[in-house]
Amino acid sequence: MTEPLVLGFETSCDETGVGLVRGRTLLSDALATSMAEHERFGGVVPEIASRAHLEAMVPTVHRALAEAGVQASDVDAVAVTAGPGLTGALLVGLAAAKAYALALDVPLYGVNHLAAHVAVDELQHGALEEPSMALLVSGGHSSLLLVPDLSRDVVSLGRTVDDAAGEAFDKVARVLGMPFPGGPPIDRAAREGDGSAIAFPRGLTGPRDAPYDFSFSGLKTAVARWVEARERAGEPVPVADVAASFQEAVADVLTAKAVRACRDHGVDHLVLGGGVAANSRLRALAEERCAAAGIVLRVPSPRLCTDNGAMVAALGSRLVAAGVAPSAPDLGADSSLPIDVVRP
Amino acid sequence: MLVLALDTATPTLLAGVARRSADGAVEVLAERAVPSGTRHAELLTPAIRDVLAEAGATLGDIGAVVTGLGPGPFTGLRVGIVTAAAIADARGLPVVGVCSLDAVGDGARTVVTDARRKEVYWAAYDASGARVQGPDVVRPEGAELPGPFVGDPAFAARLGAPVEAAEVTTTGLLRAAAGQLDDPAAAAPLVPLYLRRPDATPPTSFKPVTTS
Ligand SMILES: Nc1ncnc2c1ncn2[C@@H]1O[C@H](COP(=O)(O)OP(=O)(O)OP(=O)(O)O)[C@@H](O)[C@H]1O
Ligand SMILES: [Mg+2]
Repeated sequence: MTEPLVLGFETSCDETGVGLVRGRTLLSDALATSMAEHERFGGVVPEIASRAHLEAMVPTVHRALAEAGVQASDVDAVAVTAGPGLTGALLVGLAAAKAYALALDVPLYGVNHLAAHVAVDELQHGALEEPSMALLVSGGHSSLLLVPDLSRDVVSLGRTVDDAAGEAFDKVARVLGMPFPGGPPIDRAAREGDGSAIAFPRGLTGPRDAPYDFSFSGLKTAVARWVEARERAGEPVPVADVAASFQEAVADVLTAKAVRACRDHGVDHLVLGGGVAANSRLRALAEERCAAAGIVLRVPSPRLCTDNGAMVAALGSRLVAAGVAPSAPDLGADSSLPIDVVRP
Repeated sequence: MLVLALDTATPTLLAGVARRSADGAVEVLAERAVPSGTRHAELLTPAIRDVLAEAGATLGDIGAVVTGLGPGPFTGLRVGIVTAAAIADARGLPVVGVCSLDAVGDGARTVVTDARRKEVYWAAYDASGARVQGPDVVRPEGAELPGPFVGDPAFAARLGAPVEAAEVTTTGLLRAAAGQLDDPAAAAPLVPLYLRRPDATPPTSFKPVTTS
């Protein structure tokens, strides 16, 4: 008997993602993005994102089906991001997913976006070891999660108290005159720079600080002050060194806290997820520190780290296999869905 | 042919199933008008299930989908449009969009609905029911809209004239869709009637981060 075919919808921010997964096999991952329309605003404009989701929805479903070589009538279950995210954006995907599930007469699974960022790794590296530790770093979130059972039980150990890691990348990029989103250009510039050139602060790393929480706002401000001081003095800004030193500070704190969480909880598997997990220095440093600590590190490929529909289908597929009940017919979107609710 | 009609352009979501004969006669088999406020996404698919069950039909019996395209508050409006598009796509059905105001009341009238921000969406119709002005969005005071008004009575005082309460109906949606339903292959693509641009202005200059 073949495993169930799951259609996943993701519209929590500016990407319209529709993916198809059978069991743990990725069949297709169609994506439309309104990123270019937001660029001149320096951040995602919710109404522009929502309008773009509506326009892109049916064509993106068609692409996902065509890429996978299946028909809509082959679909056995539908999964959709129900939160967290931008309400107006979430609602387009939610309504579409509910309608496809109704019209195809298959069950509907609302899923947590953050848990989906973890689940996507199963498409590349097989069943998740449980318990695992997960470090989720994106434009909207920075969280350390203990995952005893990704289908039912996810525990938040810590999170950012101010900016998300990706947000810090985006703001620092702005200071350095780089385009939005700032992660990729900083990553590129940093390759030519020295990460130890400038000692930027490591937030919340004092002995009395919450061991698993993050803070990136002070770091961002320190970078901005440093750059502005140079500019005021009429000196050139060593962009590559600033980028590398900033990136080093972020990667250092993230990996140190993740490894500590693994050690404290006796967990020897760590999964990275979210757009910032595409960062080359974070990946390299995590690899190094996990190897030294005897932790098995799993990181999805950069394409699957950022928002996409396949990650939602991956979590949906796992819920079907685990016998988790589908969502209620009156499922809604929750912009601040708590991380411990895997399937609202 | 059975037609599924949907609208989420106002705080009352509408789902209906009607039989449409070859001569254009319409018989409504089931209808739900749910005062769902901002909960359209939660309640629309359950309402569709309800009307199908009451009509003794399944989606397999439906021959076309009609949806209101607004104008209406954006977030709710999109729920109905994307639902209609998705159901039609999944079942291989034609889908037809109409101006939601066309489906409110009948005959000579001016339809007004809540556009928030102290404004109304409106359109005016002649005695044959044909739309002659609008749809548009305006502040009711001093707009000198033609009467008689139907739609949201909450605006009577600000229009300085009575507004007969009326909402989007299944009959109204099918009436507005008649031409397109006669030739569904020629139906226009579903384009929402937003009437307003997204609220967003590009920053003129980026403030230094340290002062923000
Ligand atoms: N190579 C990289 N290095 C650092 N950051 C990166 C890199 N590539 C992408 N990012 C960052 O990842 C973020 C986008 O990630 P993702 O798509 O997962 O998040 P989001 O949709 O903005 O937020 P969320 O998933 O929390 O709703 C942006 O802030 C971007 O700058
Ligand atoms: Mg994300």
